[in-house]
Amino acid sequence: MPNTTRIIRVLIGKPGLDGHDRGAKTVASVLRDHGMEVIYSGLHKTPSEIAEAAAQEDVDVVGLSILSGAHMSLFPRVRDELASRGKEDVLLVGGGIIPAEDMAELENDGFAKLFGPGTNTDDIAEWIKTEMKKRFEAEGEDA
Amino acid sequence: MTDTTGVQRVDSGEIWRKAMEGARTREAAFTTLSDVELQPLYTSKDAQFDEERDLGYPGQFPFTRGVHPSMYRGRLWTMRQFAGFGSAKQTNERFKFLLAHGQTGLSTAFDFPTLMGYDSDDEHSLGEVGQVGVAISSMDDMSVLFDGIPMGEVSTSMTINGPAPIMLGFYIAAAQKQGVDPKVLRGTIQNDILKEYQAQHAWLVAPEPALRMITDMMSYCAEHVPHWNTISISGYHIREAGSTAAQELAFTLANGMEYVRRGVAAGMDVDSFAPRLSFFFDSHLDFFEEICKFRAARRIWARKMRDEFGAKDPKSWMVRFHTQTAGVSLTAQQPENNIVRTAFEAMAAVLGGTQSLHTNSMDETLSLPTEKAVKIALRTQQIIAEETEVTHVADPLAGSYFVEAQTNRLEAEAEAYFKEIEERGGVVPSLQEGYFQKEIHLSAVKYQRQMERGEKKVVGVNCYVEDESGPSIDLHRIDKGVEKEQHDRLAALRERRDDASVESELKAIRAACRDGSNLLERFVAAAHAECTLGEIAQVLREEFGQFKEPNIL
Amino acid sequence: MIVAEKKAPIAERLMNGDRNAVARLITWAENGDGRFPKALAQFYPQVGKARRLGVTGPPGAGKSTLVNELVGHLRTQDRSVGVLAVDPSSPFTGGALLGDRIRMESRTSDPKVFIRSMASRSSHGGLARATIDACDVMDAFGFDDVLVETVGVGQAEYDVVSAADTVVVVLCPGAGDSIQAMKSGLLEVADVLVVNKDDMPGAQRLAADLGEAIHIRLAGRGKWITPVVMCSAGRGTGIEDVAKAIEEHRSFLGEMGLKQARNTKRVGQVRMVASEWVDQAVWSPEPRWNGTTCAAHVQQELSAGSTPYDIARNLRDAIMAGKLQDQPELREQA
Repeated sequence: MPNTTRIIRVLIGKPGLDGHDRGAKTVASVLRDHGMEVIYSGLHKTPSEIAEAAAQEDVDVVGLSILSGAHMSLFPRVRDELASRGKEDVLLVGGGIIPAEDMAELENDGFAKLFGPGTNTDDIAEWIKTEMKKRFEAEGEDA
Repeated sequence: MTDTTGVQRVDSGEIWRKAMEGARTREAAFTTLSDVELQPLYTSKDAQFDEERDLGYPGQFPFTRGVHPSMYRGRLWTMRQFAGFGSAKQTNERFKFLLAHGQTGLSTAFDFPTLMGYDSDDEHSLGEVGQVGVAISSMDDMSVLFDGIPMGEVSTSMTINGPAPIMLGFYIAAAQKQGVDPKVLRGTIQNDILKEYQAQHAWLVAPEPALRMITDMMSYCAEHVPHWNTISISGYHIREAGSTAAQELAFTLANGMEYVRRGVAAGMDVDSFAPRLSFFFDSHLDFFEEICKFRAARRIWARKMRDEFGAKDPKSWMVRFHTQTAGVSLTAQQPENNIVRTAFEAMAAVLGGTQSLHTNSMDETLSLPTEKAVKIALRTQQIIAEETEVTHVADPLAGSYFVEAQTNRLEAEAEAYFKEIEERGGVVPSLQEGYFQKEIHLSAVKYQRQMERGEKKVVGVNCYVEDESGPSIDLHRIDKGVEKEQHDRLAALRERRDDASVESELKAIRAACRDGSNLLERFVAAAHAECTLGEIAQVLREEFGQFKEPNIL
Repeated sequence: MIVAEKKAPIAERLMNGDRNAVARLITWAENGDGRFPKALAQFYPQVGKARRLGVTGPPGAGKSTLVNELVGHLRTQDRSVGVLAVDPSSPFTGGALLGDRIRMESRTSDPKVFIRSMASRSSHGGLARATIDACDVMDAFGFDDVLVETVGVGQAEYDVVSAADTVVVVLCPGAGDSIQAMKSGLLEVADVLVVNKDDMPGAQRLAADLGEAIHIRLAGRGKWITPVVMCSAGRGTGIEDVAKAIEEHRSFLGEMGLKQARNTKRVGQVRMVASEWVDQAVWSPEPRWNGTTCAAHVQQELSAGSTPYDIARNLRDAIMAGKLQDQPELREQA
């Protein structure tokens, strides 16, 4: 049965060694307040640990946060690890201290959206909701 | 109003209150940055203080007015710009650049692998080598970092915590290699592990053994490196993680008191190590609240150390502190505005009586700072020092009703937190349960929501917004060659060193972990034997176990 | 939908060791997706091999830490483990923060462990149904042990853990909630009582109080005497004792007792699911009762002056007599 009011499940992941989790935790709280079920990976995770958690949790969305400058090596690795688990269909987003040109590059390369510093957290939630609504509707038609 | 003698008596306070009732007020939140409601006016009734008891004189108990009698007339604060990126060689060049431009102390930023105790060639390090600081995996890297810089003369600060005792081992060994006696080394190592669990999250092992390494270090340094500041008790990261000013103040001082308790419990005389404790605070945008925070910190610590811990040496009572302007206050939008923000924050630190200062560069929300941005940040301090004439008078804001009232308020808030922490069984049980982490998180979320609703304004983000198609300033990028270069250097090191002495030093560390003998001694020896950071850290992880991150969401 | 799913039926993939099938089937169970009952029909013959353990207790008692330690213990015996960690949903927004994984982070990369976080969501009984379904999925996949962890001291949580063969209730000294738990009937669902954080002051006292309470309140209920075990999950001590007590409860049940207990629970599940479906069918927005919806029909009767009891009686009789129109969806689900 098509179910377009489905609850969105999100994994917020912190790949790499950087311990700055203020943004990740804030976004997790805000998404919860927007009615999503949010799983937080905890700190210092490897790309494979994040992808494995995303697979076990069958999340619709994976949001990554990095402030250490390692995004260009770690973000694509998470994407690859997800793909190797048959999870290339998740909505993959990211945020952190990421220069505009890197954002553009990642968005051309498997990432649905990158959110830079100063992004309004409600905007992030609304963007995800809109995107997932489209996906759930398409899924409903398929099934 | 006339009394019986016919003389007019004017109650100006009453008149003012009446005037305020009808006065127009803007649609705005009249709160501090930490969301504390402010009165429109402060009078003597709001600022209860005894000048002798609560303020004293500069250089005297309770040091509310500063730790030196002459303050900046005697000596300006140390202008210490935190720097580090890429390889040891690249950072060495930046150090020399800063010294050439009038900087008076060095401050080292390490990359995440180093901060977490991994070698540059560890699989955990992939993509992070040299990114946010310099990669130091061995004593040899440390020697390159200080090549051509006289370690006996320069004062060095190293921002590292989990592996701090190992890194100090590298530093001492590198100095000895330069022919410098450790007894003359001057500097500070952050080494504040408690706030790592609470806010910054770069830890190496579980809290109890980490605290033991710190007391090892305090006793080792008291004997062998007497001018070294063994801990810089840091509120900076607590604040940057989202705490309020009061939380930063309270948690930092609570951590400080915990270190003192540990030192005393390890059998040291409080006056033997307390004078080497220093502090590190954030200076955020709320000008007055920040100044009051610095003043309250000095007063609280002096009272605790003298009256609760029985310290007799006035140096043990003093909060000497480094300040960094608030990284979180910088915006990616209209980045040049960050120069202005940083200037105000720096001014608050100076009026609050800081001993040293780092001013952030305008481009730090986008990447590591460029040389130009770093230079402007340094010049900001120099302008305050040389042009504004604020340095001539000690604690110039003392006696202001508003400043004294806020200083009192912050002290009271801190005391309430100390009580709460005690009721939770102390600092370590509280952080294992995630108490601090949760308090900080809740404050961070609250601020974020206030900002997004427009109750707290940020120029360029939620007001005076401009359409920007991308950053208009140059970015500093770390070249990818650093990782490869570090791999090669480590491969060469592993090739040339004597495996037998590496093995025996690692074994000795393992034994010291178990028998309780001083680990610092072992780390210095291991540094000379060219054991790497990752090898030593691995022994510690195995022997001491790792910290389990509490779930606070 | 993912293309892979079209290649082989999901139940088949589940039984062939595809972990993504575990994940997706649990999602279907949580969402009350109509595809779940069909898939279950295919893998149901494989259900019944796993041992099921429920762990509950008040917030802050250290349940996830204990579960993590128990998983570690089972892994030393080379047993594969599925974990279901249930956290409450916000009653206001419907959202949830599911943080139990953090406590079990080191297990994520273990190929013999599978952790799934579940939010309690809001539907009545929905959580209990979804949890049983999720256990069945993990069971059919082939996990040797399935652990269900849920916070709290309410009826919904009892329903969830009582689906397990053995229920462990975790308490700790110092928390007012532990006393509340003793009062609120958590003792009655416990097969094993654990006093966690046994290094804290008051632990001995709590254990003694619990022992006494069991003696007074549970005496004569059956032959199994609920043991009180002390441990410190945080420091990893006493875990063997907890595992031993769980093992003893299993031997006490024996093969026959286990089978009987499970059958009783299945009856309860059928009753729960049937009630849920009947409820959905009767109160659906389609015309059902004399050409109108049940809700509208009830409104009419109320306006006509009937009492709520009379209307309810008529409705029950109409259902029993099969007078309500059949709902196509019901047939499909059955």
